[in-house]
Amino acid sequence: MCTYITETLPVQGSAKGPAGTWFRATDVSVYFDHPVHALADHTLNIDVRRPADGPAARVAVELTAESARALAEAILRVLELTAAPPAA
Amino acid sequence: MDTPIAAETVEITGHDGATLEAYAARPRTDAKRAGVVLIHHLPGYDRETREFALRFADRGYDAIVPNLYSREGKDVSPDDAAAAVRARGGVADEQVMGDVRGAVDWLRALDTSNGKVAVIGHCSGGRQTYLASAVLPIDAAIVCDGGLITGETPPQMSSMVPVIDRTPEISCPLLGLFGNDDQFPTPAQVDEIEQALKDAGKDYGFHRYDGAGHAFFGPDRPAYRVEAALDGWDRIWAFLDRTVKG
Repeated sequence: MCTYITETLPVQGSAKGPAGTWFRATDVSVYFDHPVHALADHTLNIDVRRPADGPAARVAVELTAESARALAEAILRVLELTAAPPAA
Repeated sequence: MDTPIAAETVEITGHDGATLEAYAARPRTDAKRAGVVLIHHLPGYDRETREFALRFADRGYDAIVPNLYSREGKDVSPDDAAAAVRARGGVADEQVMGDVRGAVDWLRALDTSNGKVAVIGHCSGGRQTYLASAVLPIDAAIVCDGGLITGETPPQMSSMVPVIDRTPEISCPLLGLFGNDDQFPTPAQVDEIEQALKDAGKDYGFHRYDGAGHAFFGPDRPAYRVEAALDGWDRIWAFLDRTVKG
């Protein structure tokens, strides 16, 4: 969509990436733009990345805006219910 | 009569002497003709842009799509490269202009070149095409739904500054194609761009389509609007006939 609006943040965790291999994730990008694969004009895109291992060390997700909101709310709900400690 | 064409991956020299991958589509004839550089959008060196190159070749132009993210590595998929570039805040305009200049030079060096080159870009490539018309020695520019020609630089994407202030430097005819339902740019922003071109006395033509939004040229997306896209292609052919053909 050419909004160029992109959020990037450091993260700690793991993701299962190319060729079914797990990697330690260090970075996440969140943005709203044309998807590569999803059947929609624009999607909320999430890249879970480990740039130290190159551009292919990435798990990519493209969700419609509605799906992305539902996912975000579900994540927060689950964290609330499990009394996970809030972010520092 | 059908035009036989050939397409292949080539290497060109970009900004600072970098070797770039590029997709070249060319008529298989000896006729002299113009060249067209296609600038891919922020999501990368995608299939759609390369297929557009085939359409220009079929029409009798030498066409090339430089992979502006070639520096991410030879075996990196275009979408992975785009994700890496985006996370770093995009690519500086100076580098993009150097890379497009490399593609322009490659086209002009062909035996078939008539010396003239047009540049076309959709989306973020539309903004970069607008800038190219001001800073590169090209003969025609086609801007399709170019976001952020005017507006505010988004956070974390410092490379994407508005370029409307460069309008007085534009040195070639410019064709603009926009959807009236687009928000990037909005119709008001398209008005602003048109006014800037008018005030600067530039050779330009803008066409706007009702019922069409962003990316209405993309045949594989729900945003595709066949009437607007086909009219847009006709305007592109007429514009190239006038500016670079022959």
